[in-house]
Amino acid sequence: MKSLWVTSPYLPPQNSVSKIMFKVLVALLPGIFLLALFFGWGVFVNILLAVLTALITEAIVLKLRQRPVLKSLKDLSAPLTAVLLGIAIPTVAPWWLIVLGTGFAIVIVKQLYGGLGSNLFNPAMAGYAFLLISFPQEMTAWAVPGSLNAWQFSDIIRLLFLEQLPEAITVDGITMATPLDAVKTQLAMNQESAVAVPATVERLFTQGWGWLSLGYFVGGLWLVQQRVVAWQIPLGILCALALISTGFYFYDDQSYSTPAFHLLAGATMVGAFFIATDPVTAATSPKGRFIFGFMIGALTYLIRVWGGYPDAMAFAVLLMNIAVPVIDYYTQPKVFGVRR
Amino acid sequence: MDGVMVFKRWTLDGGLDLDGHKDLSRQRSIISATIPDELVYPLVFRSGEVARALVKTGDRVLKGQVIAESQGAQGTLLHAASSGYIQENELRTIAHPSGLKSLCLIIATDGLDEACSVAEPVHYSQLLPVEIRAKIHQSGIVGLGGAGFPTAVKLKPESSCEVDTLVINGAECEPYITCDDRLMQQYPEQILLGIQVLLRALTIKKCVIGIEEDMPEAIDSMQKEIDRQGIDYIQVNVVPALYPAGGERQLIFLLTGRETPSNGFPVDVGVICQNIGTVMAVYQSIFQGQALTERVVTLTGLGLKTPQNMWVRIGTPIKDLVRQCGGYNGSIERLIMGGLMMGFVLPDDSVGITKATNCILVATPREVAKTRDMEVLPCIRCGECATVCPVNLLPQQLYWYSQGGDHDKSQSFGLFDCIECGCCDVVCPSHIPLVQYFRASKSKAVLKRRDDETAGLAKQRFENQQLRKAQEKMEREQRIRLKKLALVKLKKESAGSAPNAADKS
Repeated sequence: MKSLWVTSPYLPPQNSVSKIMFKVLVALLPGIFLLALFFGWGVFVNILLAVLTALITEAIVLKLRQRPVLKSLKDLSAPLTAVLLGIAIPTVAPWWLIVLGTGFAIVIVKQLYGGLGSNLFNPAMAGYAFLLISFPQEMTAWAVPGSLNAWQFSDIIRLLFLEQLPEAITVDGITMATPLDAVKTQLAMNQESAVAVPATVERLFTQGWGWLSLGYFVGGLWLVQQRVVAWQIPLGILCALALISTGFYFYDDQSYSTPAFHLLAGATMVGAFFIATDPVTAATSPKGRFIFGFMIGALTYLIRVWGGYPDAMAFAVLLMNIAVPVIDYYTQPKVFGVRR
Repeated sequence: MDGVMVFKRWTLDGGLDLDGHKDLSRQRSIISATIPDELVYPLVFRSGEVARALVKTGDRVLKGQVIAESQGAQGTLLHAASSGYIQENELRTIAHPSGLKSLCLIIATDGLDEACSVAEPVHYSQLLPVEIRAKIHQSGIVGLGGAGFPTAVKLKPESSCEVDTLVINGAECEPYITCDDRLMQQYPEQILLGIQVLLRALTIKKCVIGIEEDMPEAIDSMQKEIDRQGIDYIQVNVVPALYPAGGERQLIFLLTGRETPSNGFPVDVGVICQNIGTVMAVYQSIFQGQALTERVVTLTGLGLKTPQNMWVRIGTPIKDLVRQCGGYNGSIERLIMGGLMMGFVLPDDSVGITKATNCILVATPREVAKTRDMEVLPCIRCGECATVCPVNLLPQQLYWYSQGGDHDKSQSFGLFDCIECGCCDVVCPSHIPLVQYFRASKSKAVLKRRDDETAGLAKQRFENQQLRKAQEKMEREQRIRLKKLALVKLKKESAGSAPNAADKS
């Protein structure tokens, strides 16, 4: 009989970090599938490059920090960061973009802050923001939906690694502005009639973005049902976006897009369910989580409409990451038996 | 039924729906364990409460004879559980989480089980509350749910709040344990009588029995008996089968909606809580004149050939009971006293059953966590611990401060409100032994408080001493000054009046 000195409880733990990360990865599958369907095989190349970069850079830093390498790689948190970044960048982006972004996310944002659990900022989003600011052109070059379907896999490889296009095809021919980008540009050029609102929502679906959002939404709901992510965060984000956009839409439907557009465009769904819910960098109390989510939604709207970028999920999440300690401090739940 | 009190149903924040494993022992009638060769009684009753032996080596003692007592307002008595001879006191492993050895009183039984003569019991309705308390004290009854607090002391509440409700804890929320379940199934009449005695001792007329919804036989048995006797002031109330619904404060809240204050006791919200086993002991004391020498213990776990519930003499070594359960079965990972969630590991099976032992769990590797400290990952702040915490703490914050040794901060986050139920520990995906950290932190905070008090006292003493010295010095100087003045005066007088003095003389 062993009597190793541990105290109760003796019930084995019911969950594990790798299980949580694995479930998040599984929940991303519908979205990844739709991404490949509309924007080409490049997404798989991006994800593969990202995961390899993440594992290698994390292993090197862990070794340098004299931490157990295998134990940390097994928790699957680095591959998850990699996949999130891999689906966030354009499928026709050159190979070094994802490698640079993932390396930055893992080495600078995650490991230099102390590794899993110690980072202040969401690694995937910090990596994304880093790339967006440094390489705006590459980061906004999204393929025309369906345009790459006829391509050979080798053509895609050549494009990603050698930046060579097949004959008679130009970059402008295969890329186009995202719906959010288009709205922003048109509004900036004062073509108010171009925001014929039903058309933009329709366009979301004809261009695949709407379906992509629904794919992430379905995966996200499963995560909520599995209690892998805290429901208060996506609820807060979606509530804020819906409420604020409804208000402005009714105020002036020529200059402001519909709530449906804001909920289904860009990174709303993937951000609400997969990015902002990263527990390490989110608020922890139930009330705090809702506030955290709501503020991300509000900031996203603010930057989308009045800021310099068409989409804003990454910036909103990073800004709210900074506010987490304050939110946590002021939203401590009432302890049983303690009078307030 | 008319006149039934209607209770609003309250719910608990947090908690866990655990696999009960109750079927191992629930259907087995309580059997009596045999008299062991040796009865072992630690001379430490509750943590830190040292007891004094009232018998000498070589004395013959009878069943029910007082053999040791602890002093003070919360002192209790210990009775011999069978007849035999007192052996030399020995250092033995005791039933304590530390696994340390302590001085034990040992009886070598003679197998005759000869009992002390018992006075003809007086019907409880003839007894005054103070007499009931005295009898309960003389019978050595303490809380049998695990805490071991003297029942007589609990029945004499000292609070500004008037007690109006007796809560009986029949919610055996810990997995595996079925001793109270069996008692309710087999002895409903005796339990109701015990409750009536307690109500008389408290001079109140309202009692709620809380039973978990996954104990249908017990609920049925108690309800039938209440209906049969037509008692309208005792109510069975079903609580959700959610661990830790059977925690004292949690159960009181579930049954009455009253929140026991963090720094107070249930009496402060007008409630006294007693456990089913304790009620049974009260019945035996008042109606049969028996001291507390036996209790029901659940012997369970896949590591036992035949798990069962037994009437066990207090002091019986566990190995004797294991033998009566058919012995060990396969490889045993741990021997646990108490429950899977809040019990503690025993280093060996020679330890004697105490008054607070409700369960012996012989666990196989399948049932318990193995060397869990191997795979601890950093906290990922997932917050599951806070979701399941029944007292609404933020365990991850507590862990953060406990780890950093910031005991003041962890106390401001409610360290001492932690009931150590273990829910956070079980759901932690990083496998951090949270409760272990909190226990350590609590001990350190207590030690620090004691140190501070000692330091404060020393400072006070030093200051007093300085003050006293200063005062003495002042007084001395004053005296010297007065003396000098008197001397000067005397000299002056003697100089001035010398002729007169000479005249007089």
